[in-house]
Amino acid sequence: MTDMTMPKTEGLAVSSQAYRKRIKKRYAAERRFRAYGIAAIAVAVAFLIGLLGTITAKGAPAFLQTNITLNIFFDPEKIDTENLNGVNFQAMARNALYDMFPEVTERREKRQLGQLISVAADQQLREMVRADPSLIGQRKDVQLLAGDDLDLVVKGTYDLSQPEAERPVSDVQVAWIDKLQAQGHLARGIAWPFLTTGDSREPEMAGIWGAVMGSLLTLSVTLAVSFPIGVLAAVYLQEFATKNRWNDLIEVNINNLAAVPSIVFGLLGLAVFLNFFGMPRSAPLVGGLVLALMTLPTIIIATRAALAAVPPSIREAALGVGASELQVVTHHVVPLAMPGILTGTIIGLAQALGETAPLLMIGMVAFIVDVPANFTDPATVLPVQIYLWADSPERAFEARTSAAIMVLIGFLILMNAIAVVLRRRFERRW
Amino acid sequence: MSHSLIFAVLIVLTLIGYYFGRSQATGILRSGTTGKLHSLPFYHGAYLAFMVLLPAMGFIITWLVISPMLADHFMAQYIPGAATMDAATLGLKMSDVRNMANGGITSGAVDEATQIAADFYSRFNQISLWLLSVCSIAVAIASFHFGRKLIALRFRARNHVEKIVRVIMIVASMIAILTTLGIVLSLIFETLRFLQKVPLADFLFGLKWSPQTAMRPGQIGSSGAFGMLPLLAGTFLITLIAMSVAVPLGLYAAIYMSEYATPRIRGIAKPVLEVLAGIPTVVYGFFAALTVAPMLRDLGVELGWVISAESALAAGLVMGVMIIPFVSSLSDDVINSVPQTLRDGAYALGATKSETIKQVILPAALPGIVGSVLLAISRAVGETMIVVMAAGLAANLTANPFEAVTTVTVQIVTLLVGDQEFDSAKTLAAFALGLVLFVITLGLNVIALYVVRRYREQYD
Amino acid sequence: MSISTQEKPAVASPKTSSSDVKIAAKDVCVFYGEKQALFNVNLDIAANQVISLIGPSGCGKSTFLRSINRMNDVVPSCRVEGLITLEGQDIYDPEIDVVELRARVGMVFQKPNPFPKSIYDNVAYGPRIHGQATGKAELDEIVERSLQRAGLWNEVKDRLESPGTGLSGGQQQRLCIARAIAVSPEVILMDEPCSALDPIATARVEELIDELRQNFTIVIVTHSMQQAARVSQRTAFFHLGILVEEGDTDQIFTRPSDERTQDYITGRFG
Repeated sequence: MTDMTMPKTEGLAVSSQAYRKRIKKRYAAERRFRAYGIAAIAVAVAFLIGLLGTITAKGAPAFLQTNITLNIFFDPEKIDTENLNGVNFQAMARNALYDMFPEVTERREKRQLGQLISVAADQQLREMVRADPSLIGQRKDVQLLAGDDLDLVVKGTYDLSQPEAERPVSDVQVAWIDKLQAQGHLARGIAWPFLTTGDSREPEMAGIWGAVMGSLLTLSVTLAVSFPIGVLAAVYLQEFATKNRWNDLIEVNINNLAAVPSIVFGLLGLAVFLNFFGMPRSAPLVGGLVLALMTLPTIIIATRAALAAVPPSIREAALGVGASELQVVTHHVVPLAMPGILTGTIIGLAQALGETAPLLMIGMVAFIVDVPANFTDPATVLPVQIYLWADSPERAFEARTSAAIMVLIGFLILMNAIAVVLRRRFERRW
Repeated sequence: MSHSLIFAVLIVLTLIGYYFGRSQATGILRSGTTGKLHSLPFYHGAYLAFMVLLPAMGFIITWLVISPMLADHFMAQYIPGAATMDAATLGLKMSDVRNMANGGITSGAVDEATQIAADFYSRFNQISLWLLSVCSIAVAIASFHFGRKLIALRFRARNHVEKIVRVIMIVASMIAILTTLGIVLSLIFETLRFLQKVPLADFLFGLKWSPQTAMRPGQIGSSGAFGMLPLLAGTFLITLIAMSVAVPLGLYAAIYMSEYATPRIRGIAKPVLEVLAGIPTVVYGFFAALTVAPMLRDLGVELGWVISAESALAAGLVMGVMIIPFVSSLSDDVINSVPQTLRDGAYALGATKSETIKQVILPAALPGIVGSVLLAISRAVGETMIVVMAAGLAANLTANPFEAVTTVTVQIVTLLVGDQEFDSAKTLAAFALGLVLFVITLGLNVIALYVVRRYREQYD
Repeated sequence: MSISTQEKPAVASPKTSSSDVKIAAKDVCVFYGEKQALFNVNLDIAANQVISLIGPSGCGKSTFLRSINRMNDVVPSCRVEGLITLEGQDIYDPEIDVVELRARVGMVFQKPNPFPKSIYDNVAYGPRIHGQATGKAELDEIVERSLQRAGLWNEVKDRLESPGTGLSGGQQQRLCIARAIAVSPEVILMDEPCSALDPIATARVEELIDELRQNFTIVIVTHSMQQAARVSQRTAFFHLGILVEEGDTDQIFTRPSDERTQDYITGRFG
């Protein structure tokens, strides 16, 4: 003990000037340290608010669309009822617009004017005629989908103070749009195409329904594969496996698998499912399988924790009346652990829903217009759709991307809310 | 008869097996025999159901593996000159035949031989499917009859069923092993093929990465360069930026939450961090590319720095925020597991809270914190979407965070997305990079888990 | 079909010995891994009586109890040597189904451990998995009879569907006893059944044990010597894994033949 050799101290001079100063400094350090902690959390919170705020601000307008009301003449001479698909309805819509702006005569300007209507107008009008052939020969006010540039001007997305050459709309177009708006030909409505259709090259026609269906199909494969396998594996490891090398290996292996980068699972899917087993590319089946392998460790770990929380006295009680080990597990332990198991599964599925990288590897990035209806149809999923749209040059896709993110996050919130409710309502504290 | 129909028939047979077994067992009871059934009728039913299902399933799986091999083998004989072709050409020809038989598109003009081969191929598959249907159902019925005879008063149906279920559970727990094995084998196998085309030293130590190889042999400018050092440098640059955001923020957040925060603040801050962890990476990528990167570029203009539109900085900063929750939640656990006695010891000497934390708690928790940082690094190295969307494709060997860099994961994605040829050095390179990534992350995880475990043992 | 007339499981072989020995232990040694917990225990337990196993903590009495219905099987490192017979049949014979054994040898645990299910389901669980009732009516009858025997029927008959975990501690333990006797075992093992109960509940359970003696053979592990004296006809004293002595309860408590027993019952250790 070094203290022994030290001279006898005078005791702490609590009232001395030097000590006071020192205390003050120490408290200042204390406050600084505390402030760093608050600052760290504040940065995280600010980032989250910034992220969600930007995305909501950018994405919300995409749920609405601008419609343009045109007085269409369903010219019987131009409509061949035998061959509706061959009829140029787009020209019909454009002509109606030209009639409103008789002063526009030059070809280049006419083309610019025509761009104010979406190319979807063709299909819209065709469907109308198909549904009601009596329209032919009539003149009628019809609401048609506006082009993406008109839509963005109306929504105020474009900065019109920029020089004309640097923005996608010309001054004349802006003037026409102002006139249309002043005359009450433009109306806002819910963007049904966005919510109900598949992808498209035209921003105003591109929808997320295809991606939503793709995600649902993919996730149902993931659930169907990973839930039973994960629960069976966890029950085995937690309730039956004796401690030996082999089971240790399985355990270490599951923990490591949980930390393997997701893209490596994509490589596995590409090499094994596509190249070795020859499964179809871009299919929800393969995507679901890859995500199932990724989700498996999450489910196994959560299930084991839930099983471990069931007190041993329940197992003893059941064994005591002569239940077999399997009956103990299936009649008592698993039902009691079920809320925890389901919570873990939902959280695992939520992760899988947000996963992008592995699906890129197995070809789910293709441009797919049709809404998938089957596990082997080519499909894409919500996060991949976001990635694709984020890469698209058209300005209107930026809002669509943000809106798609809002939908994705909406699903995630829903799933996590279910998990929280399950945990609160049914989880037992022993 | 299609595959799904076979499965449907099998499932019906299985159900019949179940009900038959159950009623047989109840019948024994009713017939007035003295004694007691060993197992409940349910187990007799379940036993018979397994007896019907499992052998037939095993048969079907074996058939589905063998049949395409046989089909290819016989079909190859219809392709003229198959014996003299090299493997790649033959493979192309055979996939043509397969596509044609399935009514798809072929790569070249259709000649008569291909047509004949395709006809044979589809006929073979039809016959195979019929045989499969008949045989699998025959197997199911045969095993049903065999199993039915076993049902008796003292037949231990429950024990048999439990044994089967236990085997099924063991198989389920081996899926995890199989997955790892699948990853390792497929990566190694493809990497070996890659190394036949590109020497190992060039790959590991090359300073130039430009994987544009020729689609056809003899094309000009076909010499791709596969040196992975620029990718590793880019990966580590971005990881470094991310960690310099995530470690201080995550650590301070964890300290504040575990040592200072009132339950109310904790109740707000913890979910916020969890939400950060739950946001899909593609969303971070979008935010980095469309909001953070332009903001940095504008900021650079103000300050007179040149920050490119796709910069390591933007990707790294956003990735750092994404990783905060990983650092903070693990560190939180670690700090909480430091025994209260250590804290008390420091407080009793008159140390302030921050002094206690800095001089007592953090040193004690250091191994655990190191472990959590290592796990976070492994996360950052393997992260894909943020860098794909915000870091760029240019393989610059640079330490300047304002420039665009590329990473291992970005290159894997670029090499494999889009049209690809499975034997080209370009696609194989992706697997080699995958192997590198797997080895790095695995190494980090193993070390981290080891460190954390040692730390836990210290205080448990 | 009433419980008392129910047939014995068919594995039961005819009684071998002339006396009514229900359970016989011969040279029983139990190991947990390397550690030996029981040393050459020899003990005969006669039918339709209560035997108490007493001794200080860690003396092996619970270990011995748990080897009688092979509850030790669930401890991976546990190994049992020697011979334990139930009506002359080796219970560690590989031919024996442990599930059937436990249906014949029921168990009540230290802490009441009702399943988190209804009172009815708690009692009905055993008969269900052993297929002892062919219909709902019969099951109802078994449940009622078991609860009556456990002296709980009058307290719970109006709330059979409420959860068993909602009962008081003493009621829970009687529910566990009802659950054990519902499968009409031949032997009931009780591992300190009253240690978690208050004195009044303890008295109820002790009364119950005395009544149950008519139909069952009961082996009870207890820490309380008074309890052993009150409920049992025979008493066995364990010390450091050795069965020191066994005899009529009166004799053990008044004229023990071994010095260690003497020291224990007079409170010199334990």
